[in-house]
Amino acid sequence: MTASAVPSEASSASAAPRGGGVRRSVLRRVAPYLQAGPLALTLLVFLLIPILTIVAVSFWDYDSIRIYPDFVLTNYEELLTSPVTWKTYLNTVKFAALTWVITLLIGFTVAYFLAFHVQSTTWQMVLFLVCTIPFWTSNIIRMISWIPFLGRNGLLNSGLISAGLIDQPLEFLLFSDFAVVLAFVHLYALFMVVPIFNSMMRIDRALVEAARDGGASAAQVVWNVILPLAKPGIAIGSIFVVTLVMGDFITVRLMSGGQSASIGLMIANEISLLQYPAAAANAVVLLAVVLIMVVAMLRIVDIRKEL
Amino acid sequence: MTGTRRGLSFYLLAAFFGLFVLFLYGPIATITILSFQGPEGGLTFPMNGVSLHWFRNLFEQQAVGDFGGSFRRSIALGLTVMVLTVLFSLLAGFAFRRRFLGSGALFYLAVASLIVPSILVSLGIGLLFNILGIEPTWYGSALGAHLTWTLPFGLLIVFAIFNRFNPAYEEAARDLGATPWQTVRHVVLPILLPSLIGVGLFGFTLSYDEFARTLMTAGSFNTLPLEIYGMTTNVTTPVLYALGTLTTVFSFTVIGLFLAGVMILRRRRLRRTGAAG
Repeated sequence: MTASAVPSEASSASAAPRGGGVRRSVLRRVAPYLQAGPLALTLLVFLLIPILTIVAVSFWDYDSIRIYPDFVLTNYEELLTSPVTWKTYLNTVKFAALTWVITLLIGFTVAYFLAFHVQSTTWQMVLFLVCTIPFWTSNIIRMISWIPFLGRNGLLNSGLISAGLIDQPLEFLLFSDFAVVLAFVHLYALFMVVPIFNSMMRIDRALVEAARDGGASAAQVVWNVILPLAKPGIAIGSIFVVTLVMGDFITVRLMSGGQSASIGLMIANEISLLQYPAAAANAVVLLAVVLIMVVAMLRIVDIRKEL
Repeated sequence: MTGTRRGLSFYLLAAFFGLFVLFLYGPIATITILSFQGPEGGLTFPMNGVSLHWFRNLFEQQAVGDFGGSFRRSIALGLTVMVLTVLFSLLAGFAFRRRFLGSGALFYLAVASLIVPSILVSLGIGLLFNILGIEPTWYGSALGAHLTWTLPFGLLIVFAIFNRFNPAYEEAARDLGATPWQTVRHVVLPILLPSLIGVGLFGFTLSYDEFARTLMTAGSFNTLPLEIYGMTTNVTTPVLYALGTLTTVFSFTVIGLFLAGVMILRRRRLRRTGAAG
């Protein structure tokens, strides 16, 4: 490195370097490919080729012992003609929609408070960190930590009973759809808070003041100024929450106590039964549905502007 | 700023924020307290004595599973993912500062990596290795699976950093006769370092907690999340909470160390620029 330092210093001084400059301009042109190479290779080998493998295997045949390379449409036929599939999709979309609405309300409110009502930057950062720290612990641990709270003899039930509000423990709190959505909100609310907070921090404060000077009420400022400008953040957060919920299986399995289904869980069950082609067909359909949802959300806002 | 008027809306929003924080921390605090149950205690309140019984139990009882081994594997995997994430996403960040053929496609591939449900990555890699006849391992296929999750995050953070990065520093270095490598080594990297620590922290914790992408890719040896998941289905004692408490304490320690590192770096730089100015 040090040996080449001297000539390159000389060549950069002259406007049109010759000789060594040729090698350098080649290097300059090749450099981005070398730099992006590791990323591209990793994503190719561990994302693109595996997805293509799923697509291929979804047309394969199988019996109880092994899978066979073939081209059959039975996996898709069985999947799409089964009422169980449709019911499961409906249930998954229901989880996604509920989680989306709740996390959006929480995310917007929390981000709005942090961005516009907390005055000092230090406090903003401290409170923001307070929100993000629980995110770094294991999802499974965060899920099971609801058990002593929601259970039959849990904190909530005993609290309500001793307060005289109910005389029987509420059974729907744990191992129910309620518990599933609650856990989703607990796990993914942050995915809404962070991008919305990020968008809101970029809003020029002069716009808010101008609106206020123009006689807008606080609610009008939020609705007509902040909300439209926070849209990219809302879109990014929504994409995260919706795709995470659509593909989830572990939260649904743990929190519903096996009483509720989701597409992810259906795929996981097929995997554990070694019905790989069926799981693959299911996965292809899920991927298509998720992509359609994401494209629809991207049509509303252009997130590339955010980067 | 807009002055110090603190109307009713401020207090309402502050109360909402307080509830949100309680919602985030409450359950974790509950299991932390419950993990100190006495030997006769169960999974819920009331506390039946106070002891470290379940923590000892966690390390003694072999029936629980290979807790130590899975913990070591998760740490090793997390550290490898951390190093590769920082390295690969920083390099790619440099590449994306110039136009190159396929940059758009690579960007969308990275974004797709975030959107594709984890179970599909797991299934895809599992199937691919199955068909090729390669045995999945936690340090091979699981490493790749984790990288598909951590690299896009790393890349997006690096993009954000470079967007805020002032190229005038590089030009100044170049005008003073620095080689490209010297510019990177002495100007760009020191400025990026705190953010790169953030990328590393992200990579480590995402990998350390990743379950779905490890499910079909870890091979015959479990990582910690797989071990914990196994426990949730067959362990009905507070030993589960003890494990939860320990891993949470561990995560918080890692974050604390990283934050302290960033703070020290920032202070050192302030001191240095202060001395120079």
